[in-house]
Amino acid sequence: MVNSAAYLDLAKACLPELALTATSLLVLFLDLVWARELEDTRRRRVLLAAFLSGGALALLTTFLWPFAGIAPGGMWSLGATGLVVKQGLIVMGLLSACLMAPGDWSEHAGEYFAVLALALVGMLCMASAEHLLMIFASVELASLSLYILTALNKGQRESTEAGLKYFLFGGVAAAFLLYGFSLLYGATGEMTLKALGAKLAAGSPDPLVWVAVAMVVAGFGFKVAVVPFHWWAPDVYQGAPAASAALIASGSKVASFWLMLKFMGSGLAGAAGDGSWGHFVSGWMPLLAGVAALSMVMGNIAALGQSSVRRLLAFSAVSHGGYLLLGILAQGEQGAASVVFYSLVYGFSSIGAFGVVSFVENAAGHDRFDAFTGLSKRSPVLAFSLMALLLSLAGVPPLAGFFGKFYLFAAVAAVKPLGWMWLVSIAIAMSCVSLYYYLLVLKQAYVAAPTREDMPPLEIPLCARLTVLFVVVVLFVLGFFPEFLLGRIHHALKLGVL
Amino acid sequence: MLAWTLYSAFLGVLVLMFVPVPGARWARGVALASSLTGLGIALLEAVKFKPAGELITIQKWAWIPSLGIDFHLAYDGISLTLVLLTGIASVAGILFSWNVEKRPREFFAFYLALIGGVHGVFLSFDLFQLFVFYEIAIIPKYFLIAIWGSTNREFGAMKLALYSFVGSALVLAVMVAAYVLSGSQTFSLPELAKVGFSADFQRWAFPVSFVGFAILAGLWPFHTWAPTGHVAAPTAASMLLAGVVMKLGAYGALRVSMALFPQGLKIWHESIGWLAVAGIVLGALVALAQSDFKFVIGYSSVSHMGFVLLGLASMNIAGLVGAVLQMFSHGILAGLLFGVVGRMVYDRAHTRNLDELKQLNLGRELPFAAATFVLAGCASMGLPGFSGFVAELQVLMGAWKRFPWMAIAAGLGIVVGAAYTLRAMQRAFFAADAGVLAPGTTESAAPHDPWEPISCAEKLGAVSLLAISIAIGLYPAWMMIWIQSAFDGAFFAGLRKVVGW
Amino acid sequence: MNTFGSLSALIFIPLVAGLVVAFLPARAAKAAKGLAFLAAGLCAGWVAWIGGRFDSAQAEMQFVEKWPWIPSIKVDYHLGLDGLGLVMIGLTALVVPFAMAVCRHETRRVPLMFALILWLEAGLFGAFTALDFFHWFLFWELSLVPAYFLIKFWGGEGRGPASFQFFVYAMAGSVSMLLAFLAVSVATGTFNFLEWAEKGRSGELASALSVRLAWFETFKTQEGLAQCVFWMALLGFAVKVPMFPFHSWLPSAYSEAPSGVTMILTGAMSKLGVYGLLRLILPVFPEQMREALDLLLWLAVATIVLSAFAALGQKDLKRTLAYSSVNHLGYCLLGVFAAMKVTETGGLWSAEKAAALNGVLLQMFNHGITASALFCFLGFLEQRSGGLRGLNEFGGLRAAAPVFCGLMGLSMFASLGLPGLNGFAGEFLIFKGAYALAWAPTAVATLGLLVTAIFLLGIMQKVFWGPLPERWTHWPDLTLGEKLLVTPATLLTLGLGVWPQAIVHWTHATVTQWVGWLRF
Repeated sequence: MVNSAAYLDLAKACLPELALTATSLLVLFLDLVWARELEDTRRRRVLLAAFLSGGALALLTTFLWPFAGIAPGGMWSLGATGLVVKQGLIVMGLLSACLMAPGDWSEHAGEYFAVLALALVGMLCMASAEHLLMIFASVELASLSLYILTALNKGQRESTEAGLKYFLFGGVAAAFLLYGFSLLYGATGEMTLKALGAKLAAGSPDPLVWVAVAMVVAGFGFKVAVVPFHWWAPDVYQGAPAASAALIASGSKVASFWLMLKFMGSGLAGAAGDGSWGHFVSGWMPLLAGVAALSMVMGNIAALGQSSVRRLLAFSAVSHGGYLLLGILAQGEQGAASVVFYSLVYGFSSIGAFGVVSFVENAAGHDRFDAFTGLSKRSPVLAFSLMALLLSLAGVPPLAGFFGKFYLFAAVAAVKPLGWMWLVSIAIAMSCVSLYYYLLVLKQAYVAAPTREDMPPLEIPLCARLTVLFVVVVLFVLGFFPEFLLGRIHHALKLGVL
Repeated sequence: MLAWTLYSAFLGVLVLMFVPVPGARWARGVALASSLTGLGIALLEAVKFKPAGELITIQKWAWIPSLGIDFHLAYDGISLTLVLLTGIASVAGILFSWNVEKRPREFFAFYLALIGGVHGVFLSFDLFQLFVFYEIAIIPKYFLIAIWGSTNREFGAMKLALYSFVGSALVLAVMVAAYVLSGSQTFSLPELAKVGFSADFQRWAFPVSFVGFAILAGLWPFHTWAPTGHVAAPTAASMLLAGVVMKLGAYGALRVSMALFPQGLKIWHESIGWLAVAGIVLGALVALAQSDFKFVIGYSSVSHMGFVLLGLASMNIAGLVGAVLQMFSHGILAGLLFGVVGRMVYDRAHTRNLDELKQLNLGRELPFAAATFVLAGCASMGLPGFSGFVAELQVLMGAWKRFPWMAIAAGLGIVVGAAYTLRAMQRAFFAADAGVLAPGTTESAAPHDPWEPISCAEKLGAVSLLAISIAIGLYPAWMMIWIQSAFDGAFFAGLRKVVGW
Repeated sequence: MNTFGSLSALIFIPLVAGLVVAFLPARAAKAAKGLAFLAAGLCAGWVAWIGGRFDSAQAEMQFVEKWPWIPSIKVDYHLGLDGLGLVMIGLTALVVPFAMAVCRHETRRVPLMFALILWLEAGLFGAFTALDFFHWFLFWELSLVPAYFLIKFWGGEGRGPASFQFFVYAMAGSVSMLLAFLAVSVATGTFNFLEWAEKGRSGELASALSVRLAWFETFKTQEGLAQCVFWMALLGFAVKVPMFPFHSWLPSAYSEAPSGVTMILTGAMSKLGVYGLLRLILPVFPEQMREALDLLLWLAVATIVLSAFAALGQKDLKRTLAYSSVNHLGYCLLGVFAAMKVTETGGLWSAEKAAALNGVLLQMFNHGITASALFCFLGFLEQRSGGLRGLNEFGGLRAAAPVFCGLMGLSMFASLGLPGLNGFAGEFLIFKGAYALAWAPTAVATLGLLVTAIFLLGIMQKVFWGPLPERWTHWPDLTLGEKLLVTPATLLTLGLGVWPQAIVHWTHATVTQWVGWLRF
């Protein structure tokens, strides 16, 4: 029976989430009571300031009162690494918020920040969930908030369409997930991850478990947009307003991959199987390996044919999902570190990329390649940021993305030494392909001559500009000195509990 | 101290990026200062260098301890030779680009970034770090060609970038595998060289990594990016690409593939030798058929690099020393040849078609260019007295010991080399119908406005490069001692055991 | 033992002078010519001085200079002179000023032309005094470049293809030779000619080759491998001499080059080939030569006879003389190959061999002088006729220009081998020795003598005698300057004809040593 002392402990355990919930309510209140009367720019600024302060507070609590261990009730656990993930998520949420630029949907500014905060809450919960129901609830919280964020631009048809598609796909995926969870409960009678894992490892697996595993993979696969569950991604990435898309691409991925890592690692430990060359044993590993291979291949090849930069980023996200799955396959300390590192780096790059793309889109009215023509002349700093971001995504040194990919490959190659080399080879090969399409965008920005000589520099609000610059600096710093982040992650992993 | 060759290049990049002084003069000045610093330091270290076979470490600190990656800058005789080459080529390239007016800050920024990356590769003794610098060099190449190039530049740039990237992808795969198999402890090259991987592993690791590096060195049949890319590139970029960047591939093949996987070399060396010879002979034959002056030089680069690869594959010390010497020699000569064709001829005549150049009586109008090309052509043909001869001599000796038919085929390549060089020289400068005329008449069949005279910068660049080639050709002993001492050092112990010298 | 660098100075004087002349502006043509001539004259004087200090009784190398150059591959800077070398540098020192004087009327790009001639001279001096392969090959190849440009810039109508063919052909031969000698250097571990000669003499070369080179198995026998290397080396010289069938570059090159250049080509450069045979092939590959001797002898005969017939059929005088050069050098080949014939040791055979080899050296020198003179006269002919040099263009010039015809006739008779003139002694000695050693080929080779006589007499008849056409009635005779110019050659022609001992005196010791080595 959970008593009041336990509730107090539980409250301490979820301080960041509480802070963010409070922020969301605060913003709504502020908007209703005061900000609504102000003119657009001021209103946005005020609400953004409120949101940022709330988020900063949440971040602060993770530093001042970090929680470690399993909370009473067994549904909530947090380790040092999970804390790093949460910190990353909050920062990403803050950065995405800063990207909010004036647009048709600014009249819903208050709702935007509120729902954003709630999405963050959902993601943070995903990061600490230890119980099947908790997992499902947090996933749903995050997802529903993201659907709303996608559709928020009521003036644009694409936004609504994207939101609807996301919702429909998401609903189906949630159903899969739930069904899978119920099968797992049915097979083992357990709901917490550790117990689940122990039960599966002990007994001989029920055929039903395989079905459950497949369904769970499907559900998670949808969240991270890997093949063949990725069909929502291009439309959503294209239709959603930039700030929302940034969050979907960054925060949602980080949280989902972290969750998958924990779930597959401890929850489904017994049903792992093996997919390394010559050692096929059925389980979720070969399944994920297949999904990873398909995602890397299809994501990169589909990106080759895109004419819209946002869709290109979407397919690139699909392929990056594939790379991150490699880290999950690697398991162990290296695997976990590589997943956390790269998902954080990838998240930051996505935020920056969406930022730049949205600025260009606002200026040109569309996001096809020729919107970028002559960018290096018009706004050299922005063009340079674009170069850094895209090259980080491509995995070119000295940027953080290179080290992240490298670490993923090294981690998975070390398992049963070189057992997974076939997958690593596919990954490296597809990385080459990705350079081509990123260079195409950069070619437009740097090489192609603009049609008019006197194009003015782009108009970008200050905090959005600062956000992009911050991201670029982070990418360079982590590229030169990955140890800054990696050291923290390893240190955290050594402390034990994930 | 030698690390400042690297640092000065990147510092130059930062200055050019962040200090907003407009105009070409500033950009050139910064670039020249940066590369002169690099060259000066390289020369100082060269003078102080006492070849003892040991690696001289400049800097070593733990970079990413979680993975055992260090930031390790060091050098031996081979690295020093190539750093010297890079310093020379970079200064010469800037001298030959003195007239760039379009977006000069970005041009020189990309140029210096490329130089920095190249220096980094030559000075790195940690495999991860070497790979990082290797890849850093790819992106500036792309932009240098795509923005400031000429014929078919976007295609040429993309092809070059993708081929390079594919090559480094192959290397990445082997790198990860080697790291894992050696216990996931360290990426330090000297340590990895001591590991002694299993023969089965080396059987596939060697060819994959060698080919991965050698793609950048123009290994036939993966060489097709080179002529297209070099022709498309602006003069300074061509000089660097053919002169230095191709050597990156050969250096990587030597420093990584051959040192780490000597058993693999033993298994595959004959096949590589045949590919190298194919490059020598076919490259020369194709050069003979070209009608674009720059393509002739482009294919001749493939042919000359074939000698480097033949030397590496010949599995004896003469061939190995010859290969490194040829890297240096061809680096100088490629710079010279592209400088003449690109800067002296093309920038004035605006054509590179040999049939059109025939009409222009260049031999009389640009006597300095003609004389430079004659000397550079002699050097390129492998005439004694120039650096190319000593290098080719060593490579042939090495090949002779191992593969007589390959040596004979390489000899054939030399003769065809004489043919295409003479043919291009005749058509471009000394076409028979516009031969020696009475002083004072130009009588060019295609009259045009007077051309600007050859500038001081061009003359300086050309004369220095020629002087170096002749100096090495006449007195190569000191450089050969450097290279030999490096091969006798501890780093190549594994290779030494397999090859035996 | 390093003596004062007399030989190095000999090489560097024309090299440096050439550099100075090359940078003179085009207006200073006279100064250029003067300076070049001065340098060439200085060299001639220097050679004379060296000759004065040369000890003709000693067979070993004199004026030796040896410094380590590239220790890691055992290359030295090694110069030296023996009888053969002395004769060759003497020839070069005489021919070059002669040729320069013939070129003195040139007006186009004069400084460059004379600079190239000086560099060519430096290259020749270097090749004739080198005793280390690296060093020798440097000068051998580098002499190609000035020759190429001399033909290319100042030559006749077909100079483009002629110069191209000349260069590429020579290059092909050089590369083959380079590969062969690299094999030898790998086998013996050195690049020094003298050490190679020792190895060759002692018969160790074949075994050394098979030990050090990994491809012995392809050849099944040591001898096969050594044979292969020998033929590759021979190819380089076969192109240079030239030997049938590698001579096709010569007629075009000689006829397209301006007269002065042709003089150097035939006078000095062609001797590079025979010199190479004597210095490099004979000592290093004696056994291999012996095995191939029959083929070689008949090739020499083919060179002699076929070129003579070819000369007979030419309508262009310059081409005729070009083929005639091939023919005369064929005698040298015959002499060298005949001397290689295996015989029992014994005084008689040694004498025959000595005769043949002395004959070869004499022939080299004399042909150099004679051929240069002939091309010089041909040059005069061309100048006066405004560029015509067809066989049938002229006639009866004896009436208009008796001195010219007389002197030219003298040179032609010398070329023919008339006793009393310089050409006779060499040919006589060669035939004497060769007939005794290999009578069949020599017998056929006499056909060459006969045909030579025919075409030379034919030229004389068509050009000097017969009716004088209208247009040549005012044919100017030799001016005083021209007479002075040809005087040295004429004197040598007459003098050496009467007293060939002047040359043999210097070569005798060297030849004796060679014959001594060839005793087995």
